[in-house]
Amino acid sequence: MRSPARVSRWYTPWLFLLPGLAVVVTFSLVPFVNMIVLAFTNATALGGGQFTGLANFRRMLDDPKFWVALRNSSLYLVCIVPPLVVLPLLIALLVRKKLPGITFFRTAFFTPVIASAVVVGLIWTWLLDSQGLVNNVLRALGWVSRPVPFLTDEWLLLFSAMLVTVWKGLGYYMIIYLAALGNVPGDLHEAAQVDGAGPVRRFFAVTVPALRPTMVLVAALSAVNGFRVFSEIYLLSGGSGGPGGADTSLVMLIQQTGTGLTGNVGYASALSLVLFVITLGLLLVTLRLNRREEAL
Amino acid sequence: MRRIGRYALLLFVLAITIGPFLWQLSTSLKGAGEDVYAPDFVPSQPTLANYAGVADAVPVWTFVLNSLFVAVINVVANCVGASMAGYALARLKFRGRRLAALVFASGILVPFEVILISLFLVMRSFGLTNTLTGVVLPGAIAALNVLLMRNAFLALQPEVEEAAVIDGANAWQRFVRIAVPSARGTILVVALFSFMFSWDDFLWPLVVLSDPDKYTLTIGLAYLQGTFFQNQRLVAAGTIIAVAPLIVLFISLQKHFFRGVGEGAIKG
Repeated sequence: MRSPARVSRWYTPWLFLLPGLAVVVTFSLVPFVNMIVLAFTNATALGGGQFTGLANFRRMLDDPKFWVALRNSSLYLVCIVPPLVVLPLLIALLVRKKLPGITFFRTAFFTPVIASAVVVGLIWTWLLDSQGLVNNVLRALGWVSRPVPFLTDEWLLLFSAMLVTVWKGLGYYMIIYLAALGNVPGDLHEAAQVDGAGPVRRFFAVTVPALRPTMVLVAALSAVNGFRVFSEIYLLSGGSGGPGGADTSLVMLIQQTGTGLTGNVGYASALSLVLFVITLGLLLVTLRLNRREEAL
Repeated sequence: MRRIGRYALLLFVLAITIGPFLWQLSTSLKGAGEDVYAPDFVPSQPTLANYAGVADAVPVWTFVLNSLFVAVINVVANCVGASMAGYALARLKFRGRRLAALVFASGILVPFEVILISLFLVMRSFGLTNTLTGVVLPGAIAALNVLLMRNAFLALQPEVEEAAVIDGANAWQRFVRIAVPSARGTILVVALFSFMFSWDDFLWPLVVLSDPDKYTLTIGLAYLQGTFFQNQRLVAAGTIIAVAPLIVLFISLQKHFFRGVGEGAIKG
């Protein structure tokens, strides 16, 4: 039988691919290769740049800003993954059953996901302000006597940003869990029920094992996204990265180092390379975990 | 009894997820004489003056038009470009197909933040920094969308297309008349996500744009906060202007949206 492609000329597939390939190659792969080359030079925003070997990476080792940024991004990752693996699953279980009005709740729970990081950041800046609603409520309840410095204290600002990230992510991961819950075989649940297992037992004995690959996926997605945090910290700190830049993340440091007239493009590229290696590492670890799951 | 408990929990989560938006909406409607810090959800002197006020403070409608321009171009380019490339990868046989698929796959593996600085240099070499074209181009045909479309076209029945071949239809005719109509659902999802990501994007416009009259809405809002932080009513009105169109779009198309997120996540 003739294959459908024979009818066309040899270059037809390439005409279909041309726009896509052009965009991806020009604006993704070329900059990526360029980033690796620049990481080993002293290029500036004005251009130029000579090969300087590992100088950028040596400088990194002595740069306190780099270590602060690496610490913040890592801490971010470590702290947001557990709540983002657990809370959206609980919400998914809550909206799973078909109850009157459940579509409304699902839609409403998804709203923070569709709002831009800027809108979300500004809303929470307003809520967490020293005179904002959260502090008002805490004072009204008598839990605090002075306003909590959510946005001005070095550590509280970082944790406030994490809170915002978790809040914004709940709906997104809820949908992923909902899709996965649809694939959990119902007869397992029934069998467990016949054996006398209560809802909590069944959750841990049936649902959790069946969902484990999805939980690994959610952990991976939230870890990679968490490590790449930028907007939440940028907005809650009003662009400053916290008191004395103490809350700067790795992406914020790249943005600060590499842009503007005084931008140090070489050093920013070296930082980008570190960011890439770490995110790739996170993905590879996840792939391994998932493969082990499949082998079991 | 059980059902009441479930609804109580649902309302609790509802308060957490949309409460902050309602509080922002309430702030944006509060009159000049009201204490914005007082925890009153319902404004005592409701007014739309803040929406006019934000337009006086910054050219917010210019920002909206800029964002809209970027988002619409982004949607069209992604739907057309990703469909074409996805169709070639899924339905045409040719030498170099694996290589082409590999290029798109590696495009997904490169996080945007990693190429941020280098991308700015590429854009500058084209003379496109500080232009809206420069904002659109990097995401104009996202590799992820190409692979989504490829998956959608792979799922089509080959028989229909074979019949069209026998009738003498060439690749373009089969693409336009058979493949695209059958993959409408996925194309709609690609359109929705392209609009949302483009409308919400912050980091890239922040880096590539420098002139306030070129600002997209997200950058404009961050700028508004910096300039008018003392008047929270204006900032609140600005954020509502930014989020309202997405909420309307989302509610009207939510069925497809949810299906798309679920499928995309599982496939990805």
